[in-house]
Amino acid sequence: MGSTNSTLSRIPNVEELMQETGFTPAHIVRLYDRFEALDKEKTGHLRPQDFGAINRLAMNPIGDRIIGSFFSTGQETVDFHSFVRILAHFRPADKNRPKDPSMPQPVNSRTSKLKFAFQLYDQDKDGKISRAELLQVLRSMLEMQVTEEQLESIADRTIQEADLDKDDAISFEEFRKSLEKVNIDHKMSIRFLR
Amino acid sequence: GNGAQSVLRRWLPLLDQEMVELNHSLTSVIPESALLILIGWILGGIIYGADKMQTFTLTPTVFFFYLLPQVILDAGYFMPNKLFFSNMGAILVYAVIGTCWNAATVGLGLWGCWLGGAMGDIDIGLLQFLLFGSLIAAVDPVAVIAVFEEVHVNEVLFIMVFGESLLNDGVTVVLFNVFDAFVSLGGAEIDAVEIIKGIISFFVVAFGGSLVGIIFALLISLLTRCTKNIQIIEPGFIFILGYLSYLTAEMLSLSAILSIVFCGICCQKYINANMDERSVTTVRHVMKVFANGSETIIFVFLGISAIDPDIWVWNTGFILLTLLFIFVFRFIGVFLLTWILNKYRLVPLEFIDQVVMSYGGLRGAVAYGLVAMLDEKKFKEKNLMVSTTLIVVYFTVMLQGITMKPLVTWLKVKRAAVTELTLAEKIQNRTFDHMLVAIEDISGQIGHNYMRDRWHNFEERWLCWFLMKPSARKSRDYIFNIFHQLNLKDAISYVKEGERRGSLAFVRNETKADVDFNKKFRANFSEIMPDIMAENMGPDHVPLSSILQDIVPSVCLDMHELDLKMRESEDFNAHHLLQQHLYRGRKQHRHRYSRSHLETNKDENEVQEIFQRTMRSRLESFKSAKMGVAPAKKIQTKHQKKDKPQKMPNGNSTDKSKNHPYGDKDLEFSEGDCGSGGEAAGGLFPMRAYRVEAGIVNPAFMAEMDPMDNMQQMQQIPHNVGHLTLPSKSMVISDPVYLTKPIPQTIQALTVQSHFIWIVPYR
Repeated sequence: MGSTNSTLSRIPNVEELMQETGFTPAHIVRLYDRFEALDKEKTGHLRPQDFGAINRLAMNPIGDRIIGSFFSTGQETVDFHSFVRILAHFRPADKNRPKDPSMPQPVNSRTSKLKFAFQLYDQDKDGKISRAELLQVLRSMLEMQVTEEQLESIADRTIQEADLDKDDAISFEEFRKSLEKVNIDHKMSIRFLR
Repeated sequence: GNGAQSVLRRWLPLLDQEMVELNHSLTSVIPESALLILIGWILGGIIYGADKMQTFTLTPTVFFFYLLPQVILDAGYFMPNKLFFSNMGAILVYAVIGTCWNAATVGLGLWGCWLGGAMGDIDIGLLQFLLFGSLIAAVDPVAVIAVFEEVHVNEVLFIMVFGESLLNDGVTVVLFNVFDAFVSLGGAEIDAVEIIKGIISFFVVAFGGSLVGIIFALLISLLTRCTKNIQIIEPGFIFILGYLSYLTAEMLSLSAILSIVFCGICCQKYINANMDERSVTTVRHVMKVFANGSETIIFVFLGISAIDPDIWVWNTGFILLTLLFIFVFRFIGVFLLTWILNKYRLVPLEFIDQVVMSYGGLRGAVAYGLVAMLDEKKFKEKNLMVSTTLIVVYFTVMLQGITMKPLVTWLKVKRAAVTELTLAEKIQNRTFDHMLVAIEDISGQIGHNYMRDRWHNFEERWLCWFLMKPSARKSRDYIFNIFHQLNLKDAISYVKEGERRGSLAFVRNETKADVDFNKKFRANFSEIMPDIMAENMGPDHVPLSSILQDIVPSVCLDMHELDLKMRESEDFNAHHLLQQHLYRGRKQHRHRYSRSHLETNKDENEVQEIFQRTMRSRLESFKSAKMGVAPAKKIQTKHQKKDKPQKMPNGNSTDKSKNHPYGDKDLEFSEGDCGSGGEAAGGLFPMRAYRVEAGIVNPAFMAEMDPMDNMQQMQQIPHNVGHLTLPSKSMVISDPVYLTKPIPQTIQALTVQSHFIWIVPYR
């Protein structure tokens, strides 16, 4: 544990980070090790190509989108804090959190997770998933044999199902509603190891 | 007498061949093993009728030394290692604790009932009951494979039952020997010392057996490393050494099954890499032939052995109670252990899985072999035990085997009737899966990741170096392999296409050949899949027959069958399309372990497609960023040459450095690394090179690049230079026609040789 403490001391503002994300010191250290392993040039920041080095991501249909979601608009690098904050979305929800509407939602609440998922679709960040954006995602997740017409019909149907106010786009509320039966916590959590 | 024997001798080999081709519709209802037992009965009847005694029985020697090893070697060699080791903890729990539990409860239960008088007057004691319990408790790998082959359960479930059936041999052997020794000693001599000796012997037997197996795996790998000049007999070594590992363990009184299993498990990767492709194919096929043959013979003999009035002793109480106890206690055991395990597992085992696991605890020939080995003088009731064992085997293999599939289907349907997922949910579920996989990769957390990472590092640094041929090491790169095969595939289809059109002359057309590959290939594909084009998708013409392709219907317990009511609506098409064509994602790989089918991993295609698409889009965004079109993600290629210039795959020698403005340039993706865990091994940042079609690309592009010059310069770049700057050459990608074509259009004229061209980032 001594090494944990020494690593922790190298990270600026680590208390605040732990508070915000809910990770334990051991988690943070593990993530920091990972961050450093990815940051081959030791600049303290990650760039898209550092993520690109992870071979398996290239084999993931939405790998590039996920990479993009680490970088907020206009930014070209991501520092450790942002890295951890994004990953914190995937922490399993805390069971005993008191539901206090005045406090900001913790990063791993159902809403936050859904927001993360939403922004994967909504690349232009206008708050709505347009038909074109949905098509893009579908295209990347479906095999090459599927034709454009089939793709469009799936996209149309999906929008039809979810679009309640008939504006031919899916807003965040509609998105959330369409997934109300899904156990988001189960589906969007990974267990972070010590 | 002789007549029957000669008939049988001629029959049995034919039987082997025929069994494998049994009518599939029949075997989908009744598992092959059950049918074989039936045939065994018939044959047994014939022989008995002819000879008035049972001349053929399954003797333990024949079984344990000639029939079983092949089956187990096959199991080990085709074992999906990643799955096996990631569930190893659970498998061990079931194999060791579960088997001990089964043995104890069955033994004690029967003893209690005997004391209570339920079995009448038989000459037996507690120890003998415990021994019987231990040999009847073990789940049998042969039976499990045979039954689960027809019932496609999800892979985790399969590996649990299968892994358990393989690993419990360690326990069974120990328990059997220990209780056998105890019986010889007599009840009075047993004290704590003996019991402790028994426990120690378990560890010795189990670990010793595994160690022997691993040693032989090392031997085999080393051997294949050196067999470059005698490739034709390479396959032979595998079988000989595999068998040798079995015999050696047996000779040392260690667990032979564990030995041969681990031999197969540990060597598969290295021998597949080291051996010539044809040898690998040979090994795979011969392995299946042997295993199939052995299994057939085993089951037939299990049937034949029954037709022998001399061995039958009927004791209603004993037999019925045994059946009851093994069934009930199996369920209890599995549920109990699962409940404990689920507290620690990332993905808990669900109720249905547990039911299937309990129900799938089949007993088979191993139990019979063990019971036949008992000494009649020590075990007065040996025949009773033999009869009971036979009945148990028949019960589990035939009854449970036949009802397994309906049971699974029934359970699944019950669950599925609850809700039907909407399209949005389906898509989103899949997105979540991909998302999780991506996040796991990014954050480096994959289950027992830390240990696995360290093992990968160790393995790549030492084991690969030691056990694999140098050439195998280089081409082991997973992604490189994909593109090598893609190249081959493209080249073949290109040639085919050319031949179809009469000649390959259009390739050599050096002016800008505006071949619209998109249309062309779509035309081709539409021939293959005529019904899945848009015009047939109207509501009245739902082309069910064409949509219902030949897909392996895995009983994926988390996916739902389509509700038949939906067939009428247009929704059906969309849902069905999704179901068929969504990329499965890494978590849902289809590991179909089968005795009779050798399948190539279809996930390769999926991975290739995704990878290509990703690289293509990265290139596009790189290009557009460079041209100032849109500030998309800038993916730049960097070259970090550590000390590994020679690791560039595929012998990228510089004497191919003649400048080829047209013609033979074929660029490929490459990663110069020893394995897929690239970044973990202090990896090289992928040196990316992009595919170009020589004949189609704008000549201006090619002339500007002087690839081999670049290469020379690159060799000397110090290792932490971020960007490569070449003073004289700047790269302009002009009019990259190839980028707009859907895959697999990036085809090279005739050469399958790969030459590498490094695209230099423009800075």
